[in-house]
Amino acid sequence: MKKLIYAMLAVLITSGLLALGARHFEQAQSAATGDERSGKVLNIYNWGAYIDPALITKFEKQTGIKVNYDTFDSNEAMLTKIQQGGTSYDITVPSDYTVQKMKQLGLLHPLDHSKLTTLKYYDPFIMNRAFDPHNEYSVPYFWGTLGITYNDKYVNAKDVQTWNDLWNPKFRDDIMLTDDARDVFGFSLLSMHKSVNTTDNADLLAAKGKLDALMPNVKAIAADEIKMYMAQDQAAIAVGYSGDASEMIEENSHLHYVIPKGGTNLWFDNLVIPKNAKHLAAAYKFINFINEPKNAAQNAQYIGYSTPNWAAKKLLPKSITDQKEFYPDDAMIKDDQVYTNLSQLKTQQYNDLYLEFKMARH
Amino acid sequence: MKNRLFYFIPYSLWLILFVGAPIILMLGESFLSVSHHFTFANYQDFLGSGTYLRMMFNSVWYAFLITLITLIVSFPTALFLSNLKYKQFWLLLIILPTWINLLLKTYAFIGLLSKDGSINHFIELLGFAPQQLLFTDASFILVAAYIEIPFMILPIFNSINEIDRSLINASYDLGATKWQTFRRVILPLSADGIRAGIQAVFIPSLSLFMITRLIGGNRVITLGTAIEEHFLVTQNWGLGSTIGVVLIIAMIITMALTRERKKRGRK
Amino acid sequence: MVEKQSRWANVYLVVMFLILYSPIFYLIFCSFNAGQYMQNFSGFSLVHYGELFSDNRMLQIVLNTFVIALLSSLLATIIGTFGALGIFSVRKSFIKNILLSLNNILLVSPDVIIGASFLIFFTLLGLSLGFGSVLMSHIAFSIPIVVLMVLPKLNEMNSSLIDAAQDLGANSWQVLTRVILPYLTPGIAAGFFMAFTYSLDDFAVTFFVTGNGFSTLAVEIYSRARQGVSLEINALSAIMFIISLLLVAGYFFINQHNSARKNKKGRGRG
Repeated sequence: MKKLIYAMLAVLITSGLLALGARHFEQAQSAATGDERSGKVLNIYNWGAYIDPALITKFEKQTGIKVNYDTFDSNEAMLTKIQQGGTSYDITVPSDYTVQKMKQLGLLHPLDHSKLTTLKYYDPFIMNRAFDPHNEYSVPYFWGTLGITYNDKYVNAKDVQTWNDLWNPKFRDDIMLTDDARDVFGFSLLSMHKSVNTTDNADLLAAKGKLDALMPNVKAIAADEIKMYMAQDQAAIAVGYSGDASEMIEENSHLHYVIPKGGTNLWFDNLVIPKNAKHLAAAYKFINFINEPKNAAQNAQYIGYSTPNWAAKKLLPKSITDQKEFYPDDAMIKDDQVYTNLSQLKTQQYNDLYLEFKMARH
Repeated sequence: MKNRLFYFIPYSLWLILFVGAPIILMLGESFLSVSHHFTFANYQDFLGSGTYLRMMFNSVWYAFLITLITLIVSFPTALFLSNLKYKQFWLLLIILPTWINLLLKTYAFIGLLSKDGSINHFIELLGFAPQQLLFTDASFILVAAYIEIPFMILPIFNSINEIDRSLINASYDLGATKWQTFRRVILPLSADGIRAGIQAVFIPSLSLFMITRLIGGNRVITLGTAIEEHFLVTQNWGLGSTIGVVLIIAMIITMALTRERKKRGRK
Repeated sequence: MVEKQSRWANVYLVVMFLILYSPIFYLIFCSFNAGQYMQNFSGFSLVHYGELFSDNRMLQIVLNTFVIALLSSLLATIIGTFGALGIFSVRKSFIKNILLSLNNILLVSPDVIIGASFLIFFTLLGLSLGFGSVLMSHIAFSIPIVVLMVLPKLNEMNSSLIDAAQDLGANSWQVLTRVILPYLTPGIAAGFFMAFTYSLDDFAVTFFVTGNGFSTLAVEIYSRARQGVSLEINALSAIMFIISLLLVAGYFFINQHNSARKNKKGRGRG
């Protein structure tokens, strides 16, 4: 019994000491002294490691606002949390169709454009997209395309130029797909020149039929791990986002990214202010801060994704902005399509068909 | 004993609040349609769809394989460990690897199992051709078993450790062979530990989902994957909850099957 | 160091430990990679350790994670142990089975369901999300594994032990603290360590119930997956591993030392 009590005390004392340590690091972390009472706080909800931490420190120094940075790992998980409440965020970073969904659910605060002093830096072609006309609720943070990454040790560049090339029987057991119903059905639909947002049953079934024919070529369906697999030469071809592709290429120089001819999906991650935000002024300050060309360029270089900020693009090294596959010219992406939010019934249908497709593997 | 009841209060509170909450949510949602009306449609969908039934079969089958392999590997480990001098120390060393983040360990396995990873180097060293190890059922089951092994060893070790040495010695003195001693003395006396181990491994294995994607490349799809998808992506909490209810029923069946049979006279 | 154990048994154990530790060693090996990610070892470097020690946010998260893990497993162990005693004392096997099934519901429910229902539960109560809500949730999902670890020990316990103690005039408190709990100690310890493991590793439940700048290591690691988990995390795991190893060895050494002394003095009480 004594032993149990000693053990209990030891655990309590240790956790007390650790809590003190945590406190110390919390204070050491912040360049600003703001707290909840002074209102000089900004609660950011972002993907993990999706901002250069040095910029947060800089923002805190400049404004005296203390930044609380929380992280999520998927749009859907973030949405569920914001919807349920219990904690309020001032800035979050949903992707395109999620912006639309949050808007429909009334979860977003309309942006006051007169307070956005950095709007002029955005590339015009990126603005005013169907998921948020006139950027009433969102401004872009990073953007990119859905495309094909291939390894030149196993694949010729000329063999992977369109979506239909994926069905080539010589790629048997070579292709990795991202585990996302919209993306997988998206490229199947694109290969048939249909809309990635189709709600037409016949189109969807045709896309599913075409995917079933792709199955012998599919090696695995995975998510973020694809980057590791490709960097380790585990597969010859991967279908995925340009942002991930740029990371893979950095790791393995045999990899190359192609935007398939004939159109692809364009994605945007966007800054929004949730409806229940408590620190509006700080949120506007942050959006303006992160879009200062110098800061935006620094951030883009840290993350490796494409910036929507033309002034920042000019500040980036030529070696980056000359890469047509990551900074495509208008002609390359004129046919591109952006996801819009589907009704729940349709989302369900996409996912049910997708599940069937995945289950058909044995 | 009155006092017993008093100690039982925090546990009962936990049962009511934290077990009650998910049950109410799950049962409630499982009878709701997408438009929030009462319906049996979710259960009809589940039982009427070949996809889900196959998935359920998959889940049970793989959980069974994982448990079986874990048990086969863990029992001798627990037995041998209990004979070591500093056994408590070695036991802690078995638990230690579980404190490293699961995602990270899985990433390490990707490195180890990949085409030119360490395991393939080893295979080459033995004179065989490198194998495709990732995205196979075997690698999925192995990694899942790896994760569950400590949860199996611990209870088995505890019950073997409790066996009175004199019983084993007596068995030898009476002329029993090693095997007979094992079968007649050690195995029956560690049955409680084995049961606890099976429960601690089989039940959570039913709803595995992350490893199915990371190591299995989604070749194996279990009910855990489907629930994840219904709760997050399609926001169809009704169908997701229905699958949750099915998992609970599977758990109750497992408990019934591994329950201690009528108390026999103990030796 | 072995009593009457064949060489093969030891070989088996060595292989077992090698398998259990191979991914850990691989992780640690990678933490010295000069490159950015786990693949392609491009040279020895301590750069990721430097990154880690200048990352105050990460260090804060790590310490928070351990505070939560230690406190939640301690409380879960206490509640779970008494819960097991309660379940054990139920005589009707029907009620006992119901209790056991209820106990195991959180073990079988996928984390998303647990997380979502706890989130709804906490927001209904109007609790603010953060340290408190995370702690409560971790206690909640760790209790069943403690019960599962303690119950077998209780079942094995000889009831004549208790009878004898009562015959000798012990009251129920004395029976509990002098007879039952000491006997249960291995099961309680097993429960504590399993609860600790559950808590350290949990991502989904914590994700849903956390807020206000409070984060744990698992949440941080998973949410970094999209941008690529950096080797800073490997460096962190290596350090965590070494520290736990030293703690385990240290604890064991002290224990051994003490019991050796006790044995010299005569019979010691546990």
